[in-house]
Amino acid sequence: MSNDAKHPGRLVRAPENFIDRDLAIAITNDGLSEERRGFLRKSFVTAGALIAAGPSFGQNAKAPSAAGDPNILTLPQHATTLGQPVAATPYGQPSKFETNLQRRQSPGLTRVPQASVSFAPLQGLFGIITPNGLHFERHHQGWYDIDPAKHRLMINGLVKNPKVYTMDDLMRLPSVSRMHFIECGANSATEWGNVAVPTVQYTHGMLSCCEFTGVPLSVLLDDCGFDRKLGKFVLAEGGDGSGMTRTIAMDRALDDVIVAYGMNGEMLRPENGYPLRLVVPGVQGVSWVKWLRRIEVGDQPWATKDEAIHYIDLMPNGQQRQYTSVQECKSVITSPSGGQRLLDKGFHNITGLAWSGRGKIKRVDVSADGGRNWRTARLESPVLTKCLTRFNIDWTWNGSPAILQSRAIDETGYVQPQINQLRAVRGTRSIYHNNAIQSWKIAASGEVSNVQAY
Amino acid sequence: MSRLTDFVLAIALAASASAAVAQTYANVGRSATSKEIAAWDIDVRPDFKGLPKGSGTVARGQEIWDGKCASCHGSFGESNEVFMPLVGGTTKEDMKSGRVAALGNNSQPQRTTLMKVPTVSTLWDYINRAMPWTAPKTLSTDEVYAVTAYLLNLGQIVPDNFTLSDKNIADVQKTMPNRHGMTQAHGLWKTNGKADVKNAACMTNCGIEPKIHSELPDFARGAHGNLAQQNRTFGPVRGVDTAQPAEAVKIGATAQPPATVKNASAGTAASVGTTAPASAKPAELAKPADNDGLRLVKQHACTACHGMSNKIVGPGFTEIAGKYQGKAGAEAQMIAKVKNGGSGAWGPIPMPPQTHIKDAEIKSMVGWIMSGAKAETK
Repeated sequence: MSNDAKHPGRLVRAPENFIDRDLAIAITNDGLSEERRGFLRKSFVTAGALIAAGPSFGQNAKAPSAAGDPNILTLPQHATTLGQPVAATPYGQPSKFETNLQRRQSPGLTRVPQASVSFAPLQGLFGIITPNGLHFERHHQGWYDIDPAKHRLMINGLVKNPKVYTMDDLMRLPSVSRMHFIECGANSATEWGNVAVPTVQYTHGMLSCCEFTGVPLSVLLDDCGFDRKLGKFVLAEGGDGSGMTRTIAMDRALDDVIVAYGMNGEMLRPENGYPLRLVVPGVQGVSWVKWLRRIEVGDQPWATKDEAIHYIDLMPNGQQRQYTSVQECKSVITSPSGGQRLLDKGFHNITGLAWSGRGKIKRVDVSADGGRNWRTARLESPVLTKCLTRFNIDWTWNGSPAILQSRAIDETGYVQPQINQLRAVRGTRSIYHNNAIQSWKIAASGEVSNVQAY
Repeated sequence: MSRLTDFVLAIALAASASAAVAQTYANVGRSATSKEIAAWDIDVRPDFKGLPKGSGTVARGQEIWDGKCASCHGSFGESNEVFMPLVGGTTKEDMKSGRVAALGNNSQPQRTTLMKVPTVSTLWDYINRAMPWTAPKTLSTDEVYAVTAYLLNLGQIVPDNFTLSDKNIADVQKTMPNRHGMTQAHGLWKTNGKADVKNAACMTNCGIEPKIHSELPDFARGAHGNLAQQNRTFGPVRGVDTAQPAEAVKIGATAQPPATVKNASAGTAASVGTTAPASAKPAELAKPADNDGLRLVKQHACTACHGMSNKIVGPGFTEIAGKYQGKAGAEAQMIAKVKNGGSGAWGPIPMPPQTHIKDAEIKSMVGWIMSGAKAETK
């Protein structure tokens, strides 16, 4: 525990872990000789093969000895040999060192992988945009990669002229590009009764944020001459096996809903509805119907399976709230977060995400003592409506146990609640719309774990 | 051109532009035909708008159920193996009151579909659009009536000799056990809806001294795999090595000076300050699974009914491997079984035919089973 105090100048193994321990010790003690340089050069040759066995601890930048860090003193292969050509990977891939950050399933949460969820690795993401390959997934009956040349969108119901659009048609129309978060209504559902999962990937990972491009739904409704008097609702229907259907109130449909084909500059990914999905800003993900094939205008809601059997919020009196849609103001610290370990005492940047289905984030406060005292965090730009907002705040950890929390406030003045406040109204069995303050306990060991503190 | 001409031209252009906006988008999209609308407009609302004419008996429903539904939902809709139970938890009293008492008094271990659903239209619509699970939208209209009738009969909402039709479906809906169980009186539908919880943004000495009311149980710490493999191997933090007990790793243990390492006994990994030698086991990069047969059994939802080593509805894959491995002609026999379905070998619940899966894929899956049905490399 106190080794670092006694020996402030520290050596830890090189990140690639390819230097033999005895050699490292010898270099540290006696410096680099020509012979040792030769060993090092040989080590680089096999470094790639050993790389998967990287160390579990930090790499301190302090010089290990008078001689210095071999990572500096001995030029690496990438500095002394020819690199790869352009277009070696025509569609670029993340570094091979990034394979730990993946979408993952939560064991035991669902029983059928076609009606399941994979969570985005929020613990390792930066800024507010979710990379397309890490966007969370939720399918109700499996996904397909649909041929865009054969995909059709139909608009019918209370319209003067029921119409069919091809992708050619839709992509000719005036488009908008907007950044919005998407959050599953059941995000954080495991935490209603007690702490159940270890990391922010599983507590909050049914959350993503992209720049979406497409046609405002209002443009299409106008184009079909929808009934402005009787048309109070629209039904959105997916083209997948489940034929996902959700009701959306007309005022919202005309406000900011997008029939989207673009996602972070490219087409939607198949898992996210390629080639067409609905974007319903501020509303839970189930309404963002993927593989969108039809919009129907009607005069009353539909009470579909996902409005009358699932996605209903059970209240303590046994009543079920139907058509719960809005994702209320919420935030979470993504690092340090559950399942992580701080490398050392001293300075740390606390970083996290805040969002609201009712507009922009106004402020985020952070507590390191379980909610007793708070400091206001920096909001990084841009701060957009119904979009993730990144916050950061400086923190110096003195090594004592701590409980980190973040608390977001949106432009309506709504303050993110504590879990006990939510439970007082909604009980513990409502599954959906848990937007409570998240607590992360930091132990003296530096290990961060999921707790509920209030 | 004179300035005046320019000016006039500009006005003319502006006028034509605004006229274009006011009109529809020329040559974009086309009118839907009535046949196209009929093919896709399949939704059925609670007022039964959209419901096609037809009928089906409980008895016919049972036949279809046994062949196409029971493998996932159980013979009586009670199965909790693949999906949540459909039937159970409702009473005659509930049918009278229109409120399922078990939802309020929490007397049932799970919320079944019939406990929750207020509307028969929802059942009809969903069975019609999404069932059976692996072959959605393949039931005829009368079959959907029959299956709906049987499901309602399992919930004792309609009698054994009942025929459900477009004529009486609205009357049946009036007897649903949870027909009064829904509320739309909440603030979560409309953007400007009223929040039902109000917190205050206190900044100093807030509330009572906070207490920890719930912590992650020890068994759950590693239940999602080794968290060291779910974080970067560099940066401000590491994922905790959940192969080690929480207390084994101490802050600063990672940073011992070389002198200490030099004195460490031979064979001990660089792990001063830890109690478990294996704590220096490095955080590994996760290896993606590379197993085609395994990928396919997941893709085709075989895992819904077959566990890796345990029976769910059908036998576990390693059980199958154990029974057939090394037997002559077993591979061809299994390929035929997957394609055509069958029953009897492992129990009475039939395996439905998997005609939609390509031969090569079936061969690959059977090959994977016959080679021992190994789960992915961890």
